[in-house]
Amino acid sequence: MKVDLSEVRKIVNQAKTESLQEGDMLVNILHCVQDHFGNFIPPEAAEIVAQELDIPLSKVYEVLTFYTMFSTKPRGKYVIRVCVNLPCHVTGGRQIMETLKEELKIDVGETTADGMFTLETTSCLGLCGVSPVIMVNDTYYGDLTPKKVREIIEELRAGGDEK
Amino acid sequence: MALTANTILICAGGACISSGEESVKQALEREISKYALQDVVRIVETGCMGACSLGPLMVIYPEGVFYQKLTPKAAQEIVEEHLLKGRVVEEYLYKGPTGEIVPQVAEKLPFFSRQVRIVTRNVGFIDPKNIEEYIARDGYFALAKVLREMTSEEVIEEVKKSGLRGRGGAGFPTGLKWELTRKGTSQKKFVVCNADEGDPGAFMDRSVLEGDPHTVLEAMIIAGYAIGANQGYIYVRAEYPLAIERLNTAISQAREYGFLGSNIMGTEFSFDIEIRIGAGAFVCGEETALIASIEGKRGQPRVKPPYPAERGVWDCSTLINNVETFANIPPIILKGADWFKSIGTENSPGTKVFALAGKIVNTGLVEVPMGITLKELLYEIGGGSSTGKPIKAVQTGGPSGGCIPAQYFDTPVDYDSLQKLGAIMGSGGMIVMDEDDCMVDVAKFFLEFTVDESCGKCTPCREGTRQMLRILEKITSGEGTEEDLYELKALGETIKDTALCGLGQTAPNPVLSTLEYYRDEYEMHVKEKRCPALKCKDLTRYVIDESKCVGCTACARVCPVNAISGEVRKAHVIDNEKCVRCGSCIEVCRFNAINKVSP
Repeated sequence: MKVDLSEVRKIVNQAKTESLQEGDMLVNILHCVQDHFGNFIPPEAAEIVAQELDIPLSKVYEVLTFYTMFSTKPRGKYVIRVCVNLPCHVTGGRQIMETLKEELKIDVGETTADGMFTLETTSCLGLCGVSPVIMVNDTYYGDLTPKKVREIIEELRAGGDEK
Repeated sequence: MALTANTILICAGGACISSGEESVKQALEREISKYALQDVVRIVETGCMGACSLGPLMVIYPEGVFYQKLTPKAAQEIVEEHLLKGRVVEEYLYKGPTGEIVPQVAEKLPFFSRQVRIVTRNVGFIDPKNIEEYIARDGYFALAKVLREMTSEEVIEEVKKSGLRGRGGAGFPTGLKWELTRKGTSQKKFVVCNADEGDPGAFMDRSVLEGDPHTVLEAMIIAGYAIGANQGYIYVRAEYPLAIERLNTAISQAREYGFLGSNIMGTEFSFDIEIRIGAGAFVCGEETALIASIEGKRGQPRVKPPYPAERGVWDCSTLINNVETFANIPPIILKGADWFKSIGTENSPGTKVFALAGKIVNTGLVEVPMGITLKELLYEIGGGSSTGKPIKAVQTGGPSGGCIPAQYFDTPVDYDSLQKLGAIMGSGGMIVMDEDDCMVDVAKFFLEFTVDESCGKCTPCREGTRQMLRILEKITSGEGTEEDLYELKALGETIKDTALCGLGQTAPNPVLSTLEYYRDEYEMHVKEKRCPALKCKDLTRYVIDESKCVGCTACARVCPVNAISGEVRKAHVIDNEKCVRCGSCIEVCRFNAINKVSP
């Protein structure tokens, strides 16, 4: 993948001017950069962020690798986040995870060979009223059963967008 | 605003959206314009109405008729029947446990009628994207009162007098926190709203942010005035994209109306708010970790004191309150501390929003006065168990809390009573479990969570919780000894005393509380190698009841490891050596012939 570095520079400077306080925007900038590249931060882009903010690259990586939402590796077109907390667990969450692993033939943290799906876990999504729940990119799916999960995957595979 | 014959409030909370609110709304709009009703019927997308198990749902005014479990087809029928002909469509009304139809749930259904709504006073009633609807319900009146009539000391005095305690979990007196921050010596000060709601099973903050974002802004501005700050941050988790969107809208509207920015309402006072988005780290809900994250660093906690009131964001005095705490402020200012104190109990005045989840009929959000008993909350309001099996325990306070067994359900819900039981109020998540839930498994589950979320800075949390998890894994796989139970307790108590931050100090609570109340269950796992709830895979076996099995071969075909054998039309058998206990066979068996047993 070719990385357009001038674009990254623009993003960083844009974020700098929007922020009220100097120096507190690293996490925000990483969000912007990650959104720009789909859902990961390439090493070249991290270097630009370090240069523009005048901080060591190690500091950028220190932050980048701490938070689960940031990735240094390319992720699939659809990032599937499965809630693995107790409310989802007692209502059948483990089966949902098993079904996803089975359907996608990948483990947690992996991406399918066709680059379509990445499977991740997430902390509580706050939709416990309709548990078990998953989030596909920014879309929530609730009241899941193994059958519903298979349907969702099929729909996404068929080129449909998230609902 | 034009006069309309009907107003439809449709719930656009996260849960309803996930169950198809969008398509219902589109169907409504399509039908309404088909019959040219758009000038007399208004559709308002509100925040979460609380009854998540009934979604997608809507209320049609002026009658206040409550429709539930909607589909696009239902929307079409309701437009044709209700809106055009004035006939209520019974099919989509709420039906009580005995089948009785309840059209107006607000007065009739305990789930709604028993609520006292202060924090969620606007959630589900207004369009959260429209500042005027907030103003129409006395929004920003408290701010006007504060700026025109009160000194900052008077504001703090009122909050102190109200007895409001932090709703994030620990219950620290809010007024005192405000006073301490005001006394802070730094030149610059900050107000921070902790909206990093991460406790599993708690979602009231999300509902307030999505359903009534202006109340949080108003309270933060008031707090800024009281402590002498000119800038605020709202730290929201990235898992809540809708809340972030609604907050952004609210902030730009508030700026437009002059409630944020320079010289608010024509006074000398200036204040502005910025959003900071988390990136998936549970520990950031801890206030010092949250501050580090706002500063753009790894979200790791530090030793307290100094407390944020002294040294917070950029080492400046910082006031941190959570969303629900802030949402209490405008009503306290408008109606007074005495009114607030008349609700709830002496030491825990006001209300608390609880999130009911797990095996309970009415899942969702309820706001009730403090001091209500668990029994009232779970049975009268929550409708009791959803599985037909009795409720065994309720878990409160997420990974920092504990399990409260059914024999203590007469306990009033307030900060101090729950603490006495070894649980905590936490942020208000209540996860209901029945006899099919294994308490050892639940404890292990929370430990997995803490091990995963531990930031790694201090040893007791990083290593200690890992060791506890290892012991629990031993027990659930049938390798446990009685000594392990002793070790588990000793280790838990050590972590409690020595971990750096709140996350670590409370991490052993789920284990310690289940060890106390369900020791017999632990002992069964250890001594008899048996899991009475049939949850722990290594301690259960699958067997086919020969008298029920007709030999349809459905189970053998679905088994992923070919552990089931037998001839057609003859009883099958499961080879438990091969079986991975995935449960697929039970799912497909139409004769209920497959059972789990332990040992």
